[in-house]
Amino acid sequence: MDARPAIVTDARPAPDEPLPEPFASWFAARGWQVRSHQRAMWRAAEAGRHALLIAPTGAGKTLAGFLPSLIALASGDRAGLHTLYVSPLKALAVDIARNLDTPIREMGLPVRTETRTGDTPQKKKDRQRREPPHILLTTPESLSLLLSYPDAARMFAGLDAIVIDELHAFVPTKRGQLLSLALARLERLAPRCRRVGLSATIHDEAAFQRWLAPGGQAETVTLVHGAAGPVPDIAIMVPDARIPWRGHTGRHALAQVYDAIRAHRTTLVFVNTRGVAERVFQDLWDMNQDGLAIALHHGSLAREQRRKVEAAMARGALRAVVCTASLDLGIDWGDVDLVIQIGAPKGASRLLQRIGRANHRLDEPSKALLVPGSRFEYLEAQAALDAVKAGELDGEAFTPGGLDVLAQHLLGMACAAPVDADALYQEVRRAPPYAALARADFDDALDFVATGGYALKRYDRYRRLRRRPDGRYRTSHPRVDRQYRLNAGTIVSVPLLEVRFRRGRVLGQVEEWFAQGLAPGDTFAFGGRLLEFQALEGGALIVSVPKRAREPRIPVYGGSRMPLTTHLADRVRAMLEDETGWTRFPADVQAWLTIQQERSALPDRATLLTETFPRGVGRDRREYLVAYCFEGRNAHQTLGMLLTRRMEKLGFAPMGFVATDYTFAIWSMKPVPDPAVLFTPDILEAELVDWMAESAMLKRTFRDVSTIAGLIDRKHPGAEKTGRQITFNADLIYDVLRRYDPKHVLLRATWLDATGRLTDVDRLADFLRRVAGRVRHVALDRVSPLAVPVLLQIGVEAVHGAADDLMLDEAALVAEAMT
Amino acid sequence: MTGRTTQLDLELAPTEDGRALAFSFHGAALLADLSGVLVWPDRSMLVVADLHLEKGSYFAAGGAPLPPYDTRATLDRLGRVIDRYRPRRIVCLGDSFHDRDAGARLDPADAVTIAALQRRRDWVWIVGNHDPEIPAALGGDRVDAIGLDRLVFRHEAEDGARGEVSGHYHPKARVHRRRRVLRRPCFALADHRLILPAFGAYTGGLDVADPALRRLLGPRFTAMLLGRTRITALAAHQLLI
Repeated sequence: MDARPAIVTDARPAPDEPLPEPFASWFAARGWQVRSHQRAMWRAAEAGRHALLIAPTGAGKTLAGFLPSLIALASGDRAGLHTLYVSPLKALAVDIARNLDTPIREMGLPVRTETRTGDTPQKKKDRQRREPPHILLTTPESLSLLLSYPDAARMFAGLDAIVIDELHAFVPTKRGQLLSLALARLERLAPRCRRVGLSATIHDEAAFQRWLAPGGQAETVTLVHGAAGPVPDIAIMVPDARIPWRGHTGRHALAQVYDAIRAHRTTLVFVNTRGVAERVFQDLWDMNQDGLAIALHHGSLAREQRRKVEAAMARGALRAVVCTASLDLGIDWGDVDLVIQIGAPKGASRLLQRIGRANHRLDEPSKALLVPGSRFEYLEAQAALDAVKAGELDGEAFTPGGLDVLAQHLLGMACAAPVDADALYQEVRRAPPYAALARADFDDALDFVATGGYALKRYDRYRRLRRRPDGRYRTSHPRVDRQYRLNAGTIVSVPLLEVRFRRGRVLGQVEEWFAQGLAPGDTFAFGGRLLEFQALEGGALIVSVPKRAREPRIPVYGGSRMPLTTHLADRVRAMLEDETGWTRFPADVQAWLTIQQERSALPDRATLLTETFPRGVGRDRREYLVAYCFEGRNAHQTLGMLLTRRMEKLGFAPMGFVATDYTFAIWSMKPVPDPAVLFTPDILEAELVDWMAESAMLKRTFRDVSTIAGLIDRKHPGAEKTGRQITFNADLIYDVLRRYDPKHVLLRATWLDATGRLTDVDRLADFLRRVAGRVRHVALDRVSPLAVPVLLQIGVEAVHGAADDLMLDEAALVAEAMT
Repeated sequence: MTGRTTQLDLELAPTEDGRALAFSFHGAALLADLSGVLVWPDRSMLVVADLHLEKGSYFAAGGAPLPPYDTRATLDRLGRVIDRYRPRRIVCLGDSFHDRDAGARLDPADAVTIAALQRRRDWVWIVGNHDPEIPAALGGDRVDAIGLDRLVFRHEAEDGARGEVSGHYHPKARVHRRRRVLRRPCFALADHRLILPAFGAYTGGLDVADPALRRLLGPRFTAMLLGRTRITALAAHQLLI
């Protein structure tokens, strides 16, 4: 396929042609120049072409996306739905509606704009289907639901444009797959509809063009670039040139972080997990002598509390917000003049997007501070900073469309109108993630929707789809349509439990696994306060305020663990290799690397460095194996599991392992004389299949897949199921299905999903192929400097295997390694 | 693991393979089996609770086509444990069928399997809240409760009972192991009552920490947790409650 950016030949408005009235006057009155990318978007629209706009935040991206629609609607002779806008966040859709209101009002345009999300009242939703506004702002889930109604054909027939905001947030996800399928349907309902994608700076523009284009024909999409802003001003904060051996919370630097907050108008403090957010917020609060307005924002907090923080932020009432990925996207806050990233950035693109949250004015550089929590995190921060300066971003993972998402879409389509399997198969393949979908897989997904698709055909009488005399499929009962509408969407939350006081208010939610690890009397930090666990009652975590202030006994360790991107890992390895570049590192880091080089060796890009060394004496003696793979924690976790199994087979008596983003360590009774025998690609066949089949990870994936595919209800009319019940049922169903129908389509979907996305198995396979025959082994008599962080991790983590006697003393370990 | 003396002064002796625990309850020498069934060797009796047959098809009829193999899976497992103990009498402690209409949905092949399990045995269906009527085509006695020696067998525990063996609650318990929390189905054994775990393939569970079970079990009880390879007895204070 041709990946070159397309050239607009049919540019009707000349490059300098003024905007029509009243737009020209409105721009002039505000003292604005039409930006070149805004003009380019207008020209593409006039030519009836699809367009992808890539621009940093604050570049007037949204206005550029809507300008052609507003101009077309200005004449007032247009009725019905003209432009559909899709955003990844409800809040963003609402915010954009507000922003659009200004030009519409000030120019007196005859344009009706409305939002439609899960929060829109049913009455309004019904009216919107009868009398759609000119511009409808919505989410992908709401769009899919709209397409499942019989009147979708009428509603969308005249659609002129669909604007997809924050395209980069959709593309690699299942939401993106669902949206892509919706676009394929819209193409059929409104063949002339223009697609407009708005995206932050991305690595692979051609791939995004293909994703956006009907049928993946990239040449139909005009690529438009916004002017790049000034190079961001990023610095790494290393107080007193000291960096801890382990940790992510940047506790050693919080006094400086506080000073930075004080010196700026508004600061966003990004961290990687909810647990760290709680920790950092608490610590900042403790040192907040000036009573600065500092708030906390993460996905577990009660919705009202998050809205309050967002509103205070929008008013400019806050000096700082400690937040997680929950604020990665969304509302423009012009007042933010500093972004602080605590802990490793994990990826260059993510870092750039977070930095972009500061200073939505194009002429000033965004300002950011990175606060690495440990030495490896320092290297990672430096690598990310270099990457951003060099303009090199991470590649996105384009995964083929999932069969679970397909099944959901097929059911929605059968709710809208009778479906012809052949025609629908052709339509679905117009969605780029499904371009290579095999007919057999499509048929299996359809059969699953119809009857469950089991080898044992017992459910024919409970069919959800009925075949009509003309061969087309239609839902069998209005109940099926209702169920589809209650279950639509691809975001399956982990099972959550409410956190609340015994009588009274709900503070937020925690993951079930966290709640299950608590015993009454345990204290933990949540929502910026210290709480004491009382009891689990009726699916809620009952808490109280502890009588005496204490250190939280159980840190909330939550949120997603984002793996280190391959791109950053490569950069870190390159940095380790290039000794001449070390002089820019703090003295701590330099000494760490220098002594490592003397005592052992440094990881490089050509080989895999492994070290072995003993620790302990007599009965407590353990043999350690440390491997410096740099493949991310998920991949290491899997690899550690597999190698442990292999070591067991080979008689090394492994006892446990622990993984970080950079390395993993296995300890055993017997030393491994040559680690090369462990790292062979066949481990992925021999051990992986066994392990995967019984692992909890596969069950979790099955739960998501079966919920998305509609096997398990997300909620029932009237009585919403708790996430807890879903987990439970899904595990049992998984066991039974695996035993009695191992080739079932949902098991296949689960396997593909798990191997592709969750365990980074592809990444592992690449890695094992790369290092085959290149395993470098250094046998040591004691721990090396580079191995200290992963050994310290043993003390803080749940490890697999008995390791309670291995609580390691940091000072002793460091002394041993550095001398 | 060796047998633990619990707070109830009960001797819980594991069998050699660790797959069952022997204990005495109101004068009866019983075995709690890893599969979740209770065995009374002196009476050649096997007791099983909450099979919930045809739960899958119940949901399928409601629009969620769960895999239609749960009845087969449950009966296969039950068949294996029956083969091991070869009891003369089998007591199903209620909720053997997920709902009143389960009989109509029962696959003929599964009905044949049930009949084969019943052959040359006493088979007692104690009725439960889910299955007040056992499918008419099936053999076996239908009763509300039975008393044997000092024990009484019924579906749901009743206040003030003594020597009572029941099901209904699908008890589970949580325990810390190597810094991880395990949650497993269990037998819950208190002074006067024993509550069996659910046996059915699609049955969920209720934590023994739940107030409903706490009230029935009192502060001192023993949970016999069904692990992957062995059954383990723990006193209440050793559980996450």
